[in-house]
Amino acid sequence: MHIPDGFLDVKTWTTLWGISGIGVSYAIKKVEKEFDRKKIPLIGVSAAFVFASQMLNFPVAGGTSGHFVGGVLVAILLGPWAGLLVMTQVLAIQCFIFQDGGLTALGANIFNMGIVGSVFGYYIYKFFIKIMRNIQNNVFISAFLSSWITIIFSASFCAIELSISGTSPLSLVLPMMAGVHALIGIGEGLITILVLNFIKKVRVDLLRLQGGYGI
Amino acid sequence: MKHFLLIGFLISCVLAFFFSPFASSFPDGLERVSKELGFFHKEIEPIIKSPIPDYSSPFIKDGRLATSFAGLMGTLFTFILAYSTGYIIKKFKKK
Repeated sequence: MHIPDGFLDVKTWTTLWGISGIGVSYAIKKVEKEFDRKKIPLIGVSAAFVFASQMLNFPVAGGTSGHFVGGVLVAILLGPWAGLLVMTQVLAIQCFIFQDGGLTALGANIFNMGIVGSVFGYYIYKFFIKIMRNIQNNVFISAFLSSWITIIFSASFCAIELSISGTSPLSLVLPMMAGVHALIGIGEGLITILVLNFIKKVRVDLLRLQGGYGI
Repeated sequence: MKHFLLIGFLISCVLAFFFSPFASSFPDGLERVSKELGFFHKEIEPIIKSPIPDYSSPFIKDGRLATSFAGLMGTLFTFILAYSTGYIIKKFKKK
């Protein structure tokens, strides 16, 4: 759901640049203060993985494709703010080097896939972890549900931005964006689980940190 | 930790290099919706000209190979950018 140049009007994209700018500055402060230095290489690898997997579009129904976004996955591994930094850097590389997502829309894309994708997604994940704290494999159930919900939210915010820009009426674009991404989000949830399952085998401590039970 | 990171990094490179040429070329969610609702034409020429538009290295003729190389380069750039940013943020931490 990378928004290209031209879909958003000036007031919308400048506002979202502002909001994302504030969010990313805050994320830098949080990482500076709280992030464990030893996990910096993990930031690099997570970003590389997110970039690579975002290239792999998979078909969903009706001649449409979707790809993994990864906001919740990186937030589970790194925390919400380092997660936002990773998403921001992936989106910046995609925009500046590969022309995927417009420069004017970069603020919006960081908002949708970074702030909503990672920070909001993280708190949704934590919410599920909390209500399932005594359930075996709560990490996987929570990861799937929060990834799926987060993709739908990201797509819905994208739709709201398009309607505020006067590009498409909300009554049409919101249900359609949310609907398509409800399908794509299933893929998102499955890939998130797949990666977490791999991490469970090699680095289970990373999952325990985030409230995993019975793993 | 070292092995885990190395494996993760290698998996990313393999995905980008070997799998990216076989990614679905169907329009993605937003593109599909924009066509269906008739605002696809609003997309304008990108403000900045990027060196490798649409994940295909211009200096490689074979389409699939071009995508593979673009994917691998992007993965390496992203890794270097994220790693060094993390390092720099921590390095300049006020004591």
